[in-house]
Formats: sequence, structure tokens, C-alpha cells
Amino acid sequence: MKSYLPAEYIVERDDEKCIRCKVCVNQCTYETHYYDEETDRVYSRDENCTNCQRCVVFCPTHAITIRKNPSAYRENAHWTTEVVKDIKKQAETGGVLLTGMGCDKPYFTYWDRLVLNASQVTNPSIDPLREPMEIRTYLGAKPDMLTAELEDGNLMLKTTLAPQLTLETPIMFSAISYGAVSLNVHEALARAAAECGTYFNTGEGGLHEKLFKYGNHAIVQVASGRFGVYSDYLNAGAAVEIKIGQGAKPGIGGHLPGEKVSAEIARTRMIPPGTDALSPAPQHDIYSIEDLRQLIYALKEATDYTKPVSVKIAAVHNVAAIASGMIRAGADIIAIDGVRGSTGAAPKVIRDNVGIPVELALASVDQRLREEGIRNRASIVVAGGIRSSSDVVKAIALGADAVYIATAALIAMGCTVCQKCYTGKCPWGITTTDPWIAKRLNPDIASQRLVNLLRGWSLEIKEMMGGMGINAIESLRGNRLHLRGVGLTETELRILGVKHAGD
Amino acid sequence: MSESRLVMELGFKMAEKISMHNGVWRVDAENMHYKELNKLLRLLNSKGVEHVELDNVYGQRYIGTGLRKPMRIDVHGTPGNDLGAFMDGQLITVYGNAQDCTGNTMNDGQIVVHGRAGDVTGYGMRGGKIFICGDVGYRVGIHMKEYGNKKPILVVGGTAGDFLGEYMAGGVLLVLGLNLKPKEKHQAKYVGTGMHGGVIYICGNVTHLGKEVKVMGTTKRDMAVIEKLAKEFCGHFNLDVEQVMAREYLKIVPVSHRPYGKLYAY
Repeated sequence: MKSYLPAEYIVERDDEKCIRCKVCVNQCTYETHYYDEETDRVYSRDENCTNCQRCVVFCPTHAITIRKNPSAYRENAHWTTEVVKDIKKQAETGGVLLTGMGCDKPYFTYWDRLVLNASQVTNPSIDPLREPMEIRTYLGAKPDMLTAELEDGNLMLKTTLAPQLTLETPIMFSAISYGAVSLNVHEALARAAAECGTYFNTGEGGLHEKLFKYGNHAIVQVASGRFGVYSDYLNAGAAVEIKIGQGAKPGIGGHLPGEKVSAEIARTRMIPPGTDALSPAPQHDIYSIEDLRQLIYALKEATDYTKPVSVKIAAVHNVAAIASGMIRAGADIIAIDGVRGSTGAAPKVIRDNVGIPVELALASVDQRLREEGIRNRASIVVAGGIRSSSDVVKAIALGADAVYIATAALIAMGCTVCQKCYTGKCPWGITTTDPWIAKRLNPDIASQRLVNLLRGWSLEIKEMMGGMGINAIESLRGNRLHLRGVGLTETELRILGVKHAGD
Repeated sequence: MSESRLVMELGFKMAEKISMHNGVWRVDAENMHYKELNKLLRLLNSKGVEHVELDNVYGQRYIGTGLRKPMRIDVHGTPGNDLGAFMDGQLITVYGNAQDCTGNTMNDGQIVVHGRAGDVTGYGMRGGKIFICGDVGYRVGIHMKEYGNKKPILVVGGTAGDFLGEYMAGGVLLVLGLNLKPKEKHQAKYVGTGMHGGVIYICGNVTHLGKEVKVMGTTKRDMAVIEKLAKEFCGHFNLDVEQVMAREYLKIVPVSHRPYGKLYAY
């Protein structure tokens, strides 16, 4: 049974420019282009095109243009072309619609409706190029009080501090599992994290042996599938993260299809090659806050209390109360992934409809923890659609200690957000485990591009801080007076804890 | 290491709690918090102590977790949840019942329980062996996995609760049903639901299976596997292996390694 669907994109090839080099034919992993010897021409199967732009930029004569297919169904604000096509696909297959990346719908982004402050006249701004500017961040539980004693004229700290992660910039690479992406991608993230003095998160697919040497810059994740989790793995990382949920698919599990489980991935995940890697929706040893405490302390025992334990949740309705419980359960870091959070594969209906914007979640969590007097007991890391240094600065002003980025990191490495990660055929060599395609991503270049991105963002963060007259990121944290809302309702302003611009 | 040197390292408070005889260290765990007890075990382990007897264990969690060297731990009493969680090669024998999450994500080693064990026993086990003399709770052996020659083994002497072997991806789960009366059935529902690897052998009738599995008769090869495990089991609990082997076994295997391959549109 076939659905008659108009192609989403049209490949236009300027035949005068085309030199029949077949680069497009070789580069497209979806077999959109093909060469016909008889006519000596290159043709396209438009319906295969995902608009990843690989052929466009690789064509040496710039002969290719991808356009949105103008031939769409009749305009209808309710029954959009996307909706109609989705229904037809499901009528054909009886299946769940899959998608990749984060929610692409126009609602939900509050970062764009928050603006930052700057110093004018009444207090001086700071020039970060010539004055010290501190953006180092420590993640982990902070004590309720510090005790110090004078010993021979020196003030000696008597409080034993909980283990901390030291970030030279408040940006980490969010969980992306080996299996969802190739080993080259994992290596690029690991090397960039090491070079920038920050951390990458292994995701739930374990850590390849080759990357154990970057363990000091790894946050090793433990999810419901427990893939690749054993004592060497737990002790290899700088911190351990329990994954309860993910912004792209709160409340549901993961599923790495068997065809992506190659020999190396099987070895790292410790499952037979070719079998589905199922991550159940719940962790069956966690049905409550008390159970979460049990796993947190199991991990602390397994690592001899030397590493902070993070707990990652998707931003959902009762996020503030849940966060409070997580801290009381012993989490040293709480990671909150918003509705924009990305994924290698998720049911589209979940991605686009479940969860709340991370801005609102962050503001309410930070507020709640302050009211309860436990904000110091855990660091907050936010994730889910952080696109720029200004998103980072706004997140920190709203109360975050640091952010996780994943989509931005993939874009830095070549991703064009075509949302077809789940096919495993990423033409940019990122979300694939096919060795032939994975070779397209050079880890040397990719890690350098990640380092460059973090350097650029860090410089911009310092510029924005300097403009506000702030020289240490600690002074920005939860400093909502430096934020103003634009075009927000009273309720939104109340939840965000910010005033309206001009107020 | 000598007792006196270790006691010096541990401090006076611990000295009353431990003693050594013929190379076996005895620890009185009464009134000890799990953090204290496990710290002590890690210290003894790091000093190369090979055999520890724990007395008066009342619910201390995580016994056997975080140990880096081989060690035999005999537990007298009732260990708490997560006994042997993430354990990597140690041998634990419990003279009593175990609670929930025994052998959670265990990598290697052996746990023998001379009693019952609770829910989610052997969750995410990826190697090693667990022998439970009596019954186990719900969701036992779920998400066990295997790779290469690393194959977890879980043997239950009695019966099990619902969702036995759920999402199982590898390893061997053997349920002997020794305490079932003649013709009595296992009450577990959703046995092997979501299973996509490994094998469950079970003695006695199962009333309710997950839709991802099928029941088969056992082959000679299966019986050889069962016999080997039954021998080990009977060795631990001093039972007659011939009686155990005289009974009939069912084999439950996944229908597919890709149970959810047809779930998605495009």
C-alpha cells in the first residue's frame, strides 16, 4: 500500500552548470540523485530528499538548489500539509511517526522574549578583554555553612567539601549516546571537552574503550537500559548521571534499532550485535524519591563518594517539587531538559506535545529550591535548545549553574537539523553507525570546531557580563534583575520572576 | 595484614566491631550504618583481605558494591536493598533472606541466598551468577544482557512474581519451582514480556506469557545447561540434584531479536 504524497523538497539542478562529476550521487545517503549513462545526465528522486544540504555545498559548480515543494495541499491553518501527510503515512503503515532533533514548532521559546541589562552611567561596565573576568563554574553540592579555623595565622577550611566538577566555561556537551552517533562524534566531543576544560556526557550507551582516557572529562550516564554500566565505567567518569528522562521524550523509553547495533556498539553496550537496545520507560528500581535515593547512593558507594551524582529529568508540570525531592534524595547536580530537548529518535507526537519550556521549569525550580533553603545542595544544569551564548547568559541569570548543549554541538560539527537522525543514514556522518558514512566526520576537525564554538561563546558571555558590570559568573547566577521580559503576560512574568521591560 | 595493624588504621571505635581468626575477618554489623559498613569492607578489600563474615546484618544496603579486588563475604542476617549492586567479581553468601534489587547491574561474581529475595533481583545483570534458594519477587531478571562469553546466570529455587525476565536481552534465567505442589502453577503473569534475547528455563506450568515470547520443549543441549546449573544450585543448598533433574522443564525464548521493528511509520 502506498500513499501518494507530494515530495517535501524539490531538487533543482542547473544542467548547464552540472559537470556530471556525480559528487551528489555519492554524497546523498538517501539515494536522491542518480546518474543515467544513456542520457549522460544526473536526475533526482525528489521524494527522498531531506534537505540536508550536503549535495548543495559539495557540488563543485553550485549547480544544485533545494527548494520547498511549492505544490502543497490547499492552505489550511488547521489541517496543515504536515498534519495531512502524517495522517496518510499512518494510514499506510499503522505505525508511530518517528522524528529526530528537538520540537520544531513555533511556540515555546522564552529566551527570545527575555532581554539582558547593561550598565549605563550609574555603574561602570567592564571591559573583559583587559580586565579579569571569571566564568569558571563548580558543579556539585555546596555546604550549608563553612567552618574555618586560624592556624598559625592562616585561615584553614575545616568543612569537608563534596566532590565538585570544575568547568572553565559554564557549557557542557549534553548526553548523546554512542550508537545514536558514531564513535567519531563521541571522540570529537570528548576531546573538545578535555581541551576546553569542560565535560561531555556519554549518554546511555556506555563509553568506548578508546575514550576511557578522556574519562576525567566525561559524565557517565546510567539509564534504564544500563548499557555498558559496570564499575570501570562508573569510575572512569568525573561524575555519574542517572537519566530519568529526556526533554524530547519525557516519560518514554529509548529504542536503538538492531540495525544500528554494530559489533563495536554491541561490545560497548554489552548486548549481542543486531539486537534491539531497549531502554525501558522507567528504571524499575526507581518508583519513588526514596528509590531514587537508593540508586544515587548505590552509585556513590560504587564510586566511593568521590564523584558528584547528577540526576537528569525532563521538564514536566511538577518539576519544582520533583527537583526538591531529587535534592533530598542526594542528587549533587540536577539536570533539567526542556521541551526543545533533542533526540536521535522519538515519536513525533511525544516530542512536540510533552513537557514544558525549560525557561519556565528553570525559574520555578530555582525559586522553589531557594524558598526551601536547599538551593546550595545541588547545582542546576539546563538543557534543551540552547542556541547561543545569550541563551546561556539568560539561563544563568534565571538560576542555572551551567547548561548542556547537544544540537548546537552537532551543528558545529556539520549537522543541518534535517531531523532525520532516526534513519541512521545521516549524510553528515553524525547520527550513523555505518562505517562508510561515519568516516565523513573527521574527529580532528570536528573537535576543533567544537573548541572554537565554546571559545566564541565564552568570549561573548564575558562581553555580556562585562556590559552588565559583572566580573564573576557567580554574581550573575539567579540574578533576575538583569533580565526583563518583552511581550509576556503577568503569569509568565511571575513564573519567570522577572519584570517587564520598561518596568 | 595483622589484626592489630588494621585496628590501628580503623581507629578505636571500629576495634570492638572486628576480629580475625585464621585469616577470616568477622565484623559485627549491629548498629552500623551502611556507609560505615561498606567503607570498612572497601578498606579490608583494599588491604587484600579475602574472606569476611558479617554478623548481625540488619538491612544494610549495598553490601559488596564498590569492591575492586576478589573477596568472599558471608552475610549472617538480612542484607538490605541493592546487595551486590554493580558488583564485579566478589562472592557473597547470605544466610537469611535478601531484599530488593539483589545483584543490580552486577558485572561479575556470585551471590548465593539461603532464603528468599525480593523484587527486581538481577536487574540489568551483565555477568556473574545469582542463586536464590527460595522464591523471588516481581520483575526478576529483567533486562539481563550478555555479550560474548559474558553471560549472566540467575537460578531461582522457588517461584517468581510477575514480569519475570521482562526485556531480557541475554543470559540464562532458571526457575526450579521446587516449592510448588504437584500440578500447582507458577502465578507469574507477563513472563518474558519484551524479551528479545537469552533464555528462561522453568519447571512447572506458566499461566501467562508476554506476547514477545514462545514456549518450546527442551533439547538435550538445554538439559545439559539446566543440569550444570542444577548441580551448582544443589551444591550450594545441599539438595538432591537427581530429584531436581527428574522433573520437566519448559524453555521460553523470544520470538524475535527485534520485537519492536514494525512499530514505526516513516
